[in-house]
Amino acid sequence: MAETGRLSLPSARPLRLPVHPVTALRIGIIVAVLVIWELVSASGWLYRDVVPSLGAIGKALYATLSDPSFYFHLYTTFYEIGIAMVIGGVSGLAVGILLGGSKFMSRAYEAYLYYLGPCPKIIFFPIMIMWFGVGPGSKVAMGAISCFFPVALNVAGGMREIDKVLIRVGRSFRANTWQMVTKIYLPAMRHPVINGMRLGLGVALIGTLLAETKLSNRGIGFLVIQAYSIFNMPQMYALLIILFVIAIGANTVIGRVGGLDSIKRT
Amino acid sequence: MSDATVAAGKAFARSRYGPALIGLGSFVAFIVLVELLIRVGLINRFIVPMPSDIIAAFPRVIEEEQVLHRFVLTATEALSATILVTVLGVSGGVLLHRYLLLRQATETWVAAIAAAPLVLMYPLYLVIFGRSALTIVMMGFTAGLAPVILKTLEGLSGTRRVLINVGKSFNLTPSQQFWKILFPAALPTIFVGLRLGLIFSLINIVGIEFLINFGGLGQLINELAERYDLPGTYAAICFVILVSVCVFVLMERLERWLRPVD
Repeated sequence: MAETGRLSLPSARPLRLPVHPVTALRIGIIVAVLVIWELVSASGWLYRDVVPSLGAIGKALYATLSDPSFYFHLYTTFYEIGIAMVIGGVSGLAVGILLGGSKFMSRAYEAYLYYLGPCPKIIFFPIMIMWFGVGPGSKVAMGAISCFFPVALNVAGGMREIDKVLIRVGRSFRANTWQMVTKIYLPAMRHPVINGMRLGLGVALIGTLLAETKLSNRGIGFLVIQAYSIFNMPQMYALLIILFVIAIGANTVIGRVGGLDSIKRT
Repeated sequence: MSDATVAAGKAFARSRYGPALIGLGSFVAFIVLVELLIRVGLINRFIVPMPSDIIAAFPRVIEEEQVLHRFVLTATEALSATILVTVLGVSGGVLLHRYLLLRQATETWVAAIAAAPLVLMYPLYLVIFGRSALTIVMMGFTAGLAPVILKTLEGLSGTRRVLINVGKSFNLTPSQQFWKILFPAALPTIFVGLRLGLIFSLINIVGIEFLINFGGLGQLINELAERYDLPGTYAAICFVILVSVCVFVLMERLERWLRPVD
């Protein structure tokens, strides 16, 4: 009996993969997608060049990243988004504090922000062109408008959730409004503020880049629409890959830096 | 100002409709102020048209630009995208819930896709689907898919243990367990996902219509702007915002109506 038991032990041991099953499945999915992509590209089922080969995309990615003019366009887009974040973020923060700090203001005006927030902002672009011209100004304005709403709404919501004890502590120390904002409100609601900024950055990026694709002569959005106009599909894929890496990277970095990933998801 | 007037003002500000009325009043006052500033020449009327001209342009735009037809077109595109999002999004969520390994491998990817600026892929869709309604519908579908998958998954995973145990104690088959227990319990959360999906789809559909100058309400704004019909452009923008707000309010009411009392 003992012998049998000893002999059967190795066969009862579960099959061990050299990698974790989740990692194996992930690798499997990625490889399958790449193989299907390459097959579709080689088969010519779709219009020629609509699905370029992975090699062509890789070459276009390398060519784009090693082209100095690309960095001029990247700088332009970053510059526009940066200014838009400052304008939209600061005004959103101020309006959010105003709305979150006063029940009356919130009941009087927050509904307008709440319902305007999800509206498609790009439709304001013709107005922004008239107000700020066809240059970077109108793109900055588009980014700022897009960024303003999530920041304002998140900050207003965050203000209302501040522990009342902290506010009473501030008042009992006779803190003035500025001290209340910098010493109590902002530190206590850093997570909603950072989350608002993260959402704001995402939509500012979309607003600015869409505006660039509509009417501009510089920026990554312009490069994308130019690649479309001259039917340079590998370059379009390369630019989209770069854009997604930047967007997802920025999103993750803000989340990590702001400690959002440490908050338990509810 | 007497104490009685101050007290009455404070009571009004605290009353149920007081703040909302003050909000509306200040909005109207702002419009009147803009009108006055344009009339006295402090704001250039070739950049900002007079609010009275914008209001006057509404009937013209509605009549001459076939707004009803455009509205139906945009609504049809949104409906098509929503049907696609509902069928594939809910199925995707169910699939991820059913296969744990698949969920562990891909849930973070779906979340990353939900946060990615997918709308920037529209030039790619233009190449694949052409400058047609299909591009617009597919863009709306792409934008709305990820939130529906995630919310379906959240709803199914959040089913209370006691309900699942009740199903098990009745010896329900996996199919019965799904249709009688899991799906009804997840329905409110799934509907939250569908509302989000529809909003994302709608935003993208109107945006893409504007950007590619094709289709319904979005194209209307682009056309009027290209004709430099300023009051018409502003009126069309106001109209699109009003329609969007009405859809959001309607969806919110519907969700509240469907959500069981906690």
